[in-house]
Amino acid sequence: MFKRFSSLQWKSFFRSSNLGKSLGIKIVMGFFGVYMLLSLAVAGGGMYFLLKEIFPDQSPMWTISQYFIYWILMELFLRYFMQKLPVMDIKPFLTTPVKKSTIAHYILGRSAASIYNLLTLFFIVPFAIVLLFNGYPVLNVLLWIVGIIGIVLSINYVNLLVNKNDKVLIGIGSILVLGYGLDYFGVFSIKEFFAPVFHALYAYPITVLIPIAFAVAMYYVNYKYLKNKIYLDAKLKAKSVQANTSDLAWTKRFGEMGSFLQLDLKMIWRNKRTKSQVYISLLFVFYGLVFYTQEIYSSMMPMKAFVGIFMTGIFLSNFGQFIPAWDSSYYSMMMSQNIPMRKYLESKVSLITVSIVAMFLLTIPYVYFGWDALAINFGCALYNLGVNIPVILYFGSFNKKRIELDQSPFGNMQGASATQFLVMLPVLIVPIIIFSIFYYIFSLEVAVGVLSVLGIIGFAMKNHLLGLITEQYKKKKYGMIAGFKEKAS
Amino acid sequence: MITIENLSKIYGAQQVLNIENLEIPTGQSFGLVGNNGAGKTTLFSLLLDLIQPTTGHIINNEVQVNTSENWKPFTSSFIDETFLIGYLTPEEYFYFIGDLRGQNKADVDALLAQYQDFFHGEILGQKKYLRDLSKGNQKKAGIVASFIGNPKVVILDEPFANLDPTTQIRLKQIIKDLAAQQDVTVLVSSHDLIHVTEVCERIVVLSKGEVVKDIETSAETLKELEVFFGSEKTEVVVE
Repeated sequence: MFKRFSSLQWKSFFRSSNLGKSLGIKIVMGFFGVYMLLSLAVAGGGMYFLLKEIFPDQSPMWTISQYFIYWILMELFLRYFMQKLPVMDIKPFLTTPVKKSTIAHYILGRSAASIYNLLTLFFIVPFAIVLLFNGYPVLNVLLWIVGIIGIVLSINYVNLLVNKNDKVLIGIGSILVLGYGLDYFGVFSIKEFFAPVFHALYAYPITVLIPIAFAVAMYYVNYKYLKNKIYLDAKLKAKSVQANTSDLAWTKRFGEMGSFLQLDLKMIWRNKRTKSQVYISLLFVFYGLVFYTQEIYSSMMPMKAFVGIFMTGIFLSNFGQFIPAWDSSYYSMMMSQNIPMRKYLESKVSLITVSIVAMFLLTIPYVYFGWDALAINFGCALYNLGVNIPVILYFGSFNKKRIELDQSPFGNMQGASATQFLVMLPVLIVPIIIFSIFYYIFSLEVAVGVLSVLGIIGFAMKNHLLGLITEQYKKKKYGMIAGFKEKAS
Repeated sequence: MITIENLSKIYGAQQVLNIENLEIPTGQSFGLVGNNGAGKTTLFSLLLDLIQPTTGHIINNEVQVNTSENWKPFTSSFIDETFLIGYLTPEEYFYFIGDLRGQNKADVDALLAQYQDFFHGEILGQKKYLRDLSKGNQKKAGIVASFIGNPKVVILDEPFANLDPTTQIRLKQIIKDLAAQQDVTVLVSSHDLIHVTEVCERIVVLSKGEVVKDIETSAETLKELEVFFGSEKTEVVVE
């Protein structure tokens, strides 16, 4: 039975209607996947030497054990966003003579083979191999790996039980921040507290039974729970959330555009993919820290321009590149309703404008790293406002792929095509090239000035540019309508 | 009101629609019937400029549909659930459509009040998003939304499909009332011969994209249609 289920799974992948169409994207994704696994493996292999250098007076095993509690919390946190519960596809089996217990075992078994479980292993196994070469006892290390597998599986099944519960997510997030805070300010050392616990897995091989027993117990709890929930109206039913109505009356102040703006805001808040997009954008405010805190980058000004464009324009590129595909599921209505194309586009412009201003305000604290940082970010924000908004809207007119709004954005390439890769070129690379040229020939001031002036010119020509873009959208209308109707699975 | 001239639509080698001339006068209630693949939805999509005609054009109240957008203010339609915005509640959707058609909240509320019976308490005040409603209820919301803003032309594709018997009967009454207004032109397509003969003054039968019958509805119309479709069974229809 397991074999038959798996072969169906296989067919559903290879016969899905968008396999051929987006093979290119699949290959790119596959490439990134392999790249990530390889990086993890390399990181795992190198970790021993790295830890040895940073903490020369303690065993790398001990250091890893210290941080293991954070690893677990982080993984739980990330899995909330990434891992899907593989339950929806079993509907057709309910009426066939397959035992519910078999279905339940299959669902749980399949989730054990999920790629997210492999991630940790790709890190841990190379690390363990290096340990073995450095004379750590073989039995202990091997059983340690087994123990880690037990922990990973436990995380996997705990996550299934938690089942996308917002409260748990917030709880884990707060524990993570709080714990790290306690550690950092030396109030109470979580690290030291948990280090012996996880180190025991290595030091006393018999303790390996604990995570394994825990994983088995979690599996059993899941199984019990799932077996009784395989009904259309219980587990298999897509959750419908209670609608919270808000009339966002303040949008009325924007006149005719107000109703579109309101629609966009509702779209962003009520759909999973767009909502996560906002959270991701906000997180990227911290992206600059990577560059500003490291000595290597202190003299690499173009890198800072890149960060500036990126931070102030993250929503612009994340959201903007899929305009108008966000509205794809009801695009034919939009096109036959009493909506002038220009008004529709203008509302998108104002939404992105607000995001750029907001992101710029959030990046103001970078002034801590010097006035240069503020100046660069300001120039970049202006450039984004004046030049990148029209550019990204123009490229949007090439979008023909439907987006299902209520799916998670992680690893979700829905709606993506070659356009999305092409658009990154003018949006990200061009301003950096301009900046670099003027920076190296003249000075920082000139480079920032040029970006700002370009932005202001673009802003001044906004009406004219928007007119051209509107024409472009009208021309592409029929192709978009036809494309958006094609449902990709 | 609507004039169709030399209209054709060709996909590859297949002609899906070919109408030489068709006039729909103002105020007429017009029924379109035909088997699957006969070209009903193609015709309606052309009327709404959602697809481009291969040849010919449609003139809606002196506006050529594929060159100007000025037909939009007085034309409204419900073709399928892609006309609904899934993440809005029905109320929000109605107000949004109202906004687009220059109707304030009070206007929309007044209109909705007329359709309380039709909604059967399943649409308004449910605290549910449109995407979570059943197919039938989604359809009810979409149909009523197409009445917002006093449109002069109302286009409904398969309005009776997926509705429960009570709602079908109520919808027939609603369409009749709408058609009774002198200046409103109603276009309805359906697979259900009984419903369409009851509701429409004129019935046009499409087969493989061509007009094969054009009849004023009378007591004999239903019989005539049944005979026609009964004899068509030998033809294989390609979707």
